[in-house]
Amino acid sequence: MKQKNQVLTLDELDWKILEAIQKNSKQTYSKVGRQFGVAHSTVYDRIKKMEKKGIIKKWTVNIDQEKLGLNYITAFMIVYTNPKTTENIAKKLSEAKEVSEVSLSLSEELLIIAKVVALDQNSLHEFIATKVAPLQGVLRVRTSIITKKIKEEIFLIEK
Amino acid sequence: MTQSFPSYIRKKLSRKNAFYFFTSVGNYTGHRAITLEEFADKIREVETISLEFHLYRGDFEKWTNEVLEDPELTKRIGAVKLLEPIGNVLRDQLDFTVINRLEELKNLQKV
Repeated sequence: MKQKNQVLTLDELDWKILEAIQKNSKQTYSKVGRQFGVAHSTVYDRIKKMEKKGIIKKWTVNIDQEKLGLNYITAFMIVYTNPKTTENIAKKLSEAKEVSEVSLSLSEELLIIAKVVALDQNSLHEFIATKVAPLQGVLRVRTSIITKKIKEEIFLIEK
Repeated sequence: MTQSFPSYIRKKLSRKNAFYFFTSVGNYTGHRAITLEEFADKIREVETISLEFHLYRGDFEKWTNEVLEDPELTKRIGAVKLLEPIGNVLRDQLDFTVINRLEELKNLQKV
């Protein structure tokens, strides 16, 4: 791994390891190493370096909530904002436990697109009415509740 | 007419206590009211679908009761709900109810 002008450059092996652990992060270092003909200690070192540099941000797990009988609802919320306050609103939304993703988008207007998870429609509405609408600079909010998920996979970063 | 005199008539509410008009779950119109006078104005301004959404969820009564602490206005809005009005009939009835209460309070203030 090399660093030039704040940009980190991965070598071929780093990329291969990244691709492998994105597909299955639970596989052992030995198993990953065997795929690419290197020792488990090499895989360990490479992964530790990528963690230290923040390339690997965290290790997590993707839970099937339906199998647990949980019926949380997910919604995409578009927040129309006064451009002067957009960054601050996005920061406040990022801090809310109900919000799992926050992005900025520039179409005709500057927008914040956020993914919100709530127990039910009442909780979702309560959150938007009491925590989002009152934020300074929020002009209006459009929300779409997801009724059926067709695909949910993390995007695999490849070289 | 009640002789109680809610304190909210004297001051503007905080952003947190304002009434925010939605048209459905999560869809905020951008209209909000921080005084009862402004609330009356917004009743004339917002889409009737927003008035229907809030009236039948009980949001108006909750706000007038818990934030404005005006049981008299809450009772009158509850009476409007019992008539199950929709559209512009609902707008007119709410407008009449809120304007009347506002006038009553203004007169009380003069006494």
